[in-house]
Amino acid sequence: MSPGPRFSSVPLPRVLATLIAVSVALVLQTSLFPHLAINGVVPDLVLLVVVAVGLAHGAETGLVLGFGAGLLLDLAPPADHYAGRWALALMVVGYVAGRLASAARPRVGQWLPVAAAASFVGTSVFALTGLALRDPAVGVGELLRVEVVAVAWDVALALVVVPLALGLFAKVEPDRVLA
Amino acid sequence: MTDLLTRPGARRPAVEDRLNRRGSLEPREPGRPRRSLVVALVLACVTLMTLDHVDDGAAIDPLRRVVGEVYGPAESGVEAVVRPVVAVPHWLRSHHDLADRIDDLESENDQLRSQLASNDYDRNRLQEYDALTATAESIGYALVPARVVGIGPAQSFSRTVTIDAGSRAGLKPDMTVVNGSGLVGRILRVTSTTATVLLVVDADSTVGARVGRSMKVGFLHGRGDLGQQARLDLELVDQTYVPSAGETVVTWGSQDGAPYVSGVPVGRVESVYSSLRETTQRAVIEPFVDFSALDLVGVVVPSGTTSDRSVIELDGSLR
Repeated sequence: MSPGPRFSSVPLPRVLATLIAVSVALVLQTSLFPHLAINGVVPDLVLLVVVAVGLAHGAETGLVLGFGAGLLLDLAPPADHYAGRWALALMVVGYVAGRLASAARPRVGQWLPVAAAASFVGTSVFALTGLALRDPAVGVGELLRVEVVAVAWDVALALVVVPLALGLFAKVEPDRVLA
Repeated sequence: MTDLLTRPGARRPAVEDRLNRRGSLEPREPGRPRRSLVVALVLACVTLMTLDHVDDGAAIDPLRRVVGEVYGPAESGVEAVVRPVVAVPHWLRSHHDLADRIDDLESENDQLRSQLASNDYDRNRLQEYDALTATAESIGYALVPARVVGIGPAQSFSRTVTIDAGSRAGLKPDMTVVNGSGLVGRILRVTSTTATVLLVVDADSTVGARVGRSMKVGFLHGRGDLGQQARLDLELVDQTYVPSAGETVVTWGSQDGAPYVSGVPVGRVESVYSSLRETTQRAVIEPFVDFSALDLVGVVVPSGTTSDRSVIELDGSLR
């Protein structure tokens, strides 16, 4: 699910690091966080990893990784919505994160708003495709309620997940200054 | 940015390495995605959604299976580690709770064995002429025990869970999933070690149901809520019949027990609405199962199914 052969210039450690980060986030999101969920809403860890990739490597890598991570989220059990919905949402997230911040090692004050914005955009895109495809048919009120909780969760967890992911990416490619 | 603009003498940086808004030096258009790439990926998303839309996602199912084979066991593994940790608060609460927990676990097995039967429904079935068939039918099932290892986020707006039993345990799509309290849902798809279950509270879930006392049939629709406020809507086919509050609703069952076997208790009638505009009665059903605290479940399989784990036969024996 990482950048394909077309992106032969992308170093292998980066591909592996992002794949591991996304996989860990995905499994924790489906198996650990439901125990802590508020009304069933869990933090979007995968989304936060995509934000970190966008911050560290820029919009293009964020876009491609967002697509791959979203695809995993669409296909891994117990997902049952139409495949491609999270792929589209996280693609936008990776792009937005990459465009909003491209400094080498951003500070908290810089990336936290980016994470919040990306979280809002991502959950919104997913919800809107759901409304458009009637998959499943939920009301706008329910949708907004879930989204508010989700963004709050994401901002809280971003404080942990984004530095961890950024640290991981810096560790595998210490010589890389800029995307 | 403003700094640069207010200084009249500021040299406008070349396009090749200009300053970004934080003042750090950037290479040419850092990571700005090529338009062709964006278009390709968006088209890929749309194609996936379309493929999943037609033919009930038959084209996507092999992909889901492959990803499930990889991430299903990972989810089971994490859940096995997490389970004792999240149970700690329960253990710490009090001795009373601890004793209750032991009781719960002990009674859970018994309940799983007996839950296919339900009082009102069985009494009616016995009065009917097809008593023989009914007996054969209800004896024809066994349960494969499984645990919930993954829960879909509410952000996805579909109520699905992963259980740690799959095709190796004898599971197939469209099998009924129950627990000690009643109907949980049905299996959507399986991998070799896990299965995805659509809960009856999902907004897309429809279950054929029967009001136990009167045998009136109808359809149960989920609302997409979990937890204490989780409710199901029962739409009765006979618009003249008004079910009374407290009546038990059981599954009506379909041919060959797929996707739902008959006679599984679902919930209790909470209140009844009738509208003049709509021609059907609408009853609100409070499900017996607490969907926010799902753990041990049983999958209804044909008796004699070969499985990688012990199967609970209806007479209570473990095989």
